[in-house]
Amino acid sequence: MAGHTQGSGRPNQWLRNLNAKIASVPMILTAVVIFLGGTIWTVVYSFTNSKLLPRLSFVGLDQYERLWDAPRWLVSVQNLAIYGIFSLIFSLVIGFVLAALMDQKIRFENTFRTIMLYPFALSFIVTGLVWQWLLNPEFGIQSVVRSLGWESFTFDPLYNADIVIYGILIAALWQGTGLVMCLMLAGLRGIDEDIWKAARVDGIPMWKTYIFVVIPMMRGVFITTLVIIASGIVKVYDLVVAQTSGGPGIASEVPAKYVYDYMFQAQNLGQGFAASTMMLITVAIIIVPWAYLEFGGGRKRV
Amino acid sequence: MADEAVPQAQTDRVIAGPRGRKPRRALSGRNIMIYGTLIVVALYYLLPLYVMVMTSLKGMPEIRLGNIFAPPVEITFEPWVKAWASACTGLNCDGLSRGFWNSVRITVPSTIVSIAIASVNGYALANWRFKGAELFFTILIVGAFIPYQVMIYPIVIVLREMGIYGTLTGLIIVHTIFGMPILTLLFRNYFAGLPEELFKAARVDGAGFWTIYFRIMLPMSLPIFVVAMILQVTGIWNDFLFGVVFTRPEYYPMTVQLNNIVNSVQGVKEYNVNMAATILTGAVPLFVYFVSGRLFVRGIAAGAVKG
Repeated sequence: MAGHTQGSGRPNQWLRNLNAKIASVPMILTAVVIFLGGTIWTVVYSFTNSKLLPRLSFVGLDQYERLWDAPRWLVSVQNLAIYGIFSLIFSLVIGFVLAALMDQKIRFENTFRTIMLYPFALSFIVTGLVWQWLLNPEFGIQSVVRSLGWESFTFDPLYNADIVIYGILIAALWQGTGLVMCLMLAGLRGIDEDIWKAARVDGIPMWKTYIFVVIPMMRGVFITTLVIIASGIVKVYDLVVAQTSGGPGIASEVPAKYVYDYMFQAQNLGQGFAASTMMLITVAIIIVPWAYLEFGGGRKRV
Repeated sequence: MADEAVPQAQTDRVIAGPRGRKPRRALSGRNIMIYGTLIVVALYYLLPLYVMVMTSLKGMPEIRLGNIFAPPVEITFEPWVKAWASACTGLNCDGLSRGFWNSVRITVPSTIVSIAIASVNGYALANWRFKGAELFFTILIVGAFIPYQVMIYPIVIVLREMGIYGTLTGLIIVHTIFGMPILTLLFRNYFAGLPEELFKAARVDGAGFWTIYFRIMLPMSLPIFVVAMILQVTGIWNDFLFGVVFTRPEYYPMTVQLNNIVNSVQGVKEYNVNMAATILTGAVPLFVYFVSGRLFVRGIAAGAVKG
């Protein structure tokens, strides 16, 4: 592909493909100045004691020590861990089961898919507010079940500090499983029909074929989905703001919200930078092995 | 990546599938189980939408008395009017209409600018490779995974230095920047997939960089432009974080204004107005979703990394 522009015999290396270079200036600026530069800038300033304005007075790891001493940060990290583990497991399992059901040559497939995917078109703010209403103990699901005669029924996740993060998880799964289902369905459709024929000839039950043959064959789809879900989890912010604003108390705080609050409300930039650097590290832990697997082996597949 | 799996589904769906046996009874136990499960699941997904619509059509007395699943006894459009025209956020009491028009003023230029830039970038990357391009492109793609929080503050400084912090222009630039990785990838892959002979023939005929782009590439790639447009329109419309960070209150997009209306602490909570406002905010992306169908799936599958 590259060959057609190579070796055209132009004397000046810099002038070759000049238009392409000019056209790429926005991309180069974004990549280098914003993505690379901005990230380095934030990491560097996370070692300073910047308060209202960024200042280059280095204090070593002070901000990180203070961060990991802050109860609010610890709650945030714990919430993210719970939210992350459960949303990974549930969205993969539910998404796969739904996709497997949809793959049974059913009628009205389009209708079902449309219904399952529409929440994904909505903003996290919209999703959060709808579920805030449904989970409102005074009017929502709890009150409806109580009015049916079950007086002691309690379901108020958004008002109970112990389980508030699960209330957020419910909304997140409602919003996101449709996408996982679509990705999984695409993966299932990519499986050769002969596999199914062979399994049936051998008398292997369907569920066994799924678990031992089909799922291992869909490794690539699973990894892609996992990376997509995981990088979304780390960024979770809007949903929490809309549903609980971090409450009750600090029970549903998440790291992304910690960063925002310290940068733009508490005017404690150093803390915000340190917290966002921790987010960066988390994402790197997820992305680097994946990128290595995906691109490391040789040529890019994209 | 994700986007290549989806179109495959469309071509394979007719021929592939787990079961090949043809005649089946319509009411087998298996079918009852499959359809039963799917219907229950579908009801779960539809329930919030149903409750939203029902709540928005009730008056407050009815909300206080009845349950959220009951249809309204007396339908009223008052909450919708109030949500659109007179609900209060902070000092302003002109409803969501202000946020709606802000969102339009943000989404339209952001979508056009980001697609214009990214398509030219993708075209340069696919057809006019130059030394170092792959490196910058890799940085760009890896950058798509970096949490926005890491880059937000430096961008605030840059925009402030440029004197456009807090304005719509600043936000449009931010959306263009963060749309760049996924859109560039989308266009690069698409252009790289077009027959090379076309490009070569045009070169032999003496066409240059821009002529080939406008006369050959652009007309051939309308579908991918539509996909990119869906991706950007829904993504930018639904954005909250950038809207809150990079604009002043008078320029808040609809999502931010909605959150402020619903989660404001003062006053009586008007749940019907809140739900009407929520539906109004969700209406644009839902409209795009229902109209665009499969193209939406392609778009979000490609853009899921961004969201």
